[in-house]
Amino acid sequence: MATFNNTDLAAFKDVWVFCEQRQGKLMPTDFELISEGRKLADELGVQVCGLLLGDGVDGLARELGGYGADKVYVCNSPLLKDYTTDGYAKVVCDAVESRKPEVVLFGASTLGRDLGPRCAARLHTGLCADCTHLDVDMPIYKDFLRENSTLPSERIEGVKTAKVLGQDHDVSRDLKMTRPAFGGHLMASIICPRFRPAMATVRPGVMKKAPFDQKKADACQIVALDVALTREEIHTEVLETVKAAKKLVDLIGADYIVSVGRGIGKDVEKGLKLAEDLAAELGGVVGGSRAVVDAGWLSADHQVGQTGKTVHPKIYVALGISGAIQHKAGMQDSECIIAVNKTPTAPIFEIADYGICGDLFKVTPLLTDAIRAAKAAK
Amino acid sequence: MKIIVCVKQVPDTSGKVAVNPDGTLNRASMQTITNPDDLNAVEAALALKDTTGCQVVVVSMGPPPAEGMLREVLARGADEAYLVSAREFGGSDTFATSQIIAAAIHRIGVGEGDIVLCGRQAIDGDTAQVGPQIAEKLHIPQVSYVADIQMDGSTVTCKRILEDGYMTVRTQTPCLLTCIKELNTPRYMSVPGIVGCYDKPLTVLNYEALKDEPLIEVDTIGLAGSPTNILTSFTPPQKGAGMMLEGDGKETCEKLAGLLADKHII
Ligand SMILES: Cc1cc2nc3c(=O)[nH]c(=O)nc-3n(C[C@H](O)[C@H](O)[C@H](O)COP(=O)(O)OP(=O)(O)OC[C@H]3O[C@@H](n4cnc5c(N)ncnc54)[C@H](O)[C@@H]3O)c2cc1C
Ligand SMILES: Nc1ncnc2c1ncn2[C@@H]1O[C@H](COP(=O)(O)O)[C@@H](O)[C@H]1O
Repeated sequence: MATFNNTDLAAFKDVWVFCEQRQGKLMPTDFELISEGRKLADELGVQVCGLLLGDGVDGLARELGGYGADKVYVCNSPLLKDYTTDGYAKVVCDAVESRKPEVVLFGASTLGRDLGPRCAARLHTGLCADCTHLDVDMPIYKDFLRENSTLPSERIEGVKTAKVLGQDHDVSRDLKMTRPAFGGHLMASIICPRFRPAMATVRPGVMKKAPFDQKKADACQIVALDVALTREEIHTEVLETVKAAKKLVDLIGADYIVSVGRGIGKDVEKGLKLAEDLAAELGGVVGGSRAVVDAGWLSADHQVGQTGKTVHPKIYVALGISGAIQHKAGMQDSECIIAVNKTPTAPIFEIADYGICGDLFKVTPLLTDAIRAAKAAK
Repeated sequence: MKIIVCVKQVPDTSGKVAVNPDGTLNRASMQTITNPDDLNAVEAALALKDTTGCQVVVVSMGPPPAEGMLREVLARGADEAYLVSAREFGGSDTFATSQIIAAAIHRIGVGEGDIVLCGRQAIDGDTAQVGPQIAEKLHIPQVSYVADIQMDGSTVTCKRILEDGYMTVRTQTPCLLTCIKELNTPRYMSVPGIVGCYDKPLTVLNYEALKDEPLIEVDTIGLAGSPTNILTSFTPPQKGAGMMLEGDGKETCEKLAGLLADKHII
């Protein structure tokens, strides 16, 4: 069936980033995605544009330019003050249908993963969830495979076309969206060859933010779009938005993370205290495995892993964590991994730069002291 | 009032996973389970059945062995099951899957007073897309990441989780909610439930049964028709193990601190 988006693919141009704001504040992922979008737009030879929805949010647009946005489309309406699936999906889809971007990226937040699929279904196109890597350019993509896969080089060289409706389709201009599947056991690169735009949600904290450039911010073009949205089109009502009372831990931005696992179970309070002391000495924060979060020892914002956060600190210390694949999925790209575990066969040692086999209650305070001494000796 | 719950049978990704030489998953080597979040959706439906006496219908799309899983859900207390199964549907991405399941739900019928429940995400693909996409195709409102449901007539009020707090969202039936594990603790099968589950109706909807549904577009179903295609799949290289330090005492920790200082990372 011919629809508006599968007949003339060449009519679709530009890389768009849906820029999420909450209570009038941009999300850190917006800057990561604009920076990543800039890279993709350069590979495609097109512009990268932000799409910003809200009520009176014009003032936020220019900052996006500082990270590389050529243009920011701003949609203002009192009806867009609170996030609603219906309101936001209508405005995003209207903008996409009239301006025809080739690629649309969303942050894989709890809102992005609500909005993205609704829009993709309405726009009749594909969406790849929770991506951790994006490419267009083939040589760059192949370099990525060489470094990050166990595929033999002949297989990598042979990546050229995909079977699309029985025909060989050249993938050199397609967005290649790579993501983990099956709990991190497997990676897959996905394309969306028949329909435009190609859409992806992208995991927060994975893409690198470019340095802010005031000149680019000043040059960024800001375009107000008309919003055709009525209250009757919104079928949900936000009664209240409640912020968590306590400050959430910033794992994604942290350079040093000390994570605890079920191994602290013998004396949870003491285990957490030891981890906090070590984190404080390093100038970092405490994280945890899912087992610890499920047990209620730490709140969910501390969870590292496939269903938690992806982190890449300078040092990741794993105290009493076994190293299940779902945990590794969130921390294996840390610069330096230190594992303390009393079981010599714990899988965490397979990826640790430095392993100490021992009781964390004994080792942790010694390590904190030793690090304090080493810093003082510098 | 009727609650339709979408339940998927998935490989148990917490166990050992075997990968074929060509980079695809060796599914035959894996145990299958009912997708964890879907059990929370089933429990939410059964809890509403306990208080309102509504009917609970479960739907699954998958190969024929998924029937066993559906019988288990019937044993937990659901009233009726549909298995959507056909070679033509195999290999569907989320767009195609949601289209087919939406067609099946449309066939079962969803109207005033009814609710569709999904899990937040399935642990094989982890996309969390099928729920919202079914809602779009059925033209009904959605609330995702739901951690609490309150019903008052046709009004549904949900606690919807955010990274940094939550929202309270109100909507009307029919609607679709995606359920997270914080919503409830799933009940077990009861002995009478197990005895009775084979007498409850289980209908297979194959390609013939659904192909004329208005929601089905024949060129966007199955492996060939899905808008997204897998270009390559691969296993990530194992990061090489580093250094196991001798001992667990003061000298060991001092040695490690020295190594970190030499590398200028502390
Ligand atoms: C769909 C799915 C998603 C998941 N997502 C995540 C995720 O995002 N993040 C995550 O972390 N997990 C996740 N998991 C869970 C994961 O599979 C593991 O169950 C979990 O990571 C285990 O946590 P743990 O290492 O703390 O506990 P355990 O596996 O129980 O390990 C405890 C470790 O502590 C050691 N130990 C015990 N006492 C001491 C001591 N005194 N001193 C030193 N060492 C000690 C033990 O030797 C053991 O190795 C997920 C699972 C599934 C199925
Ligand atoms: N094949 C399927 N059969 C029934 N329900 C499904 C199927 N695939 C996905 N779902 C539902 O959609 C939710 C999200 O799945 P996913 O988008 O694959 O992460 C699941 O928790 C199920 O409730």
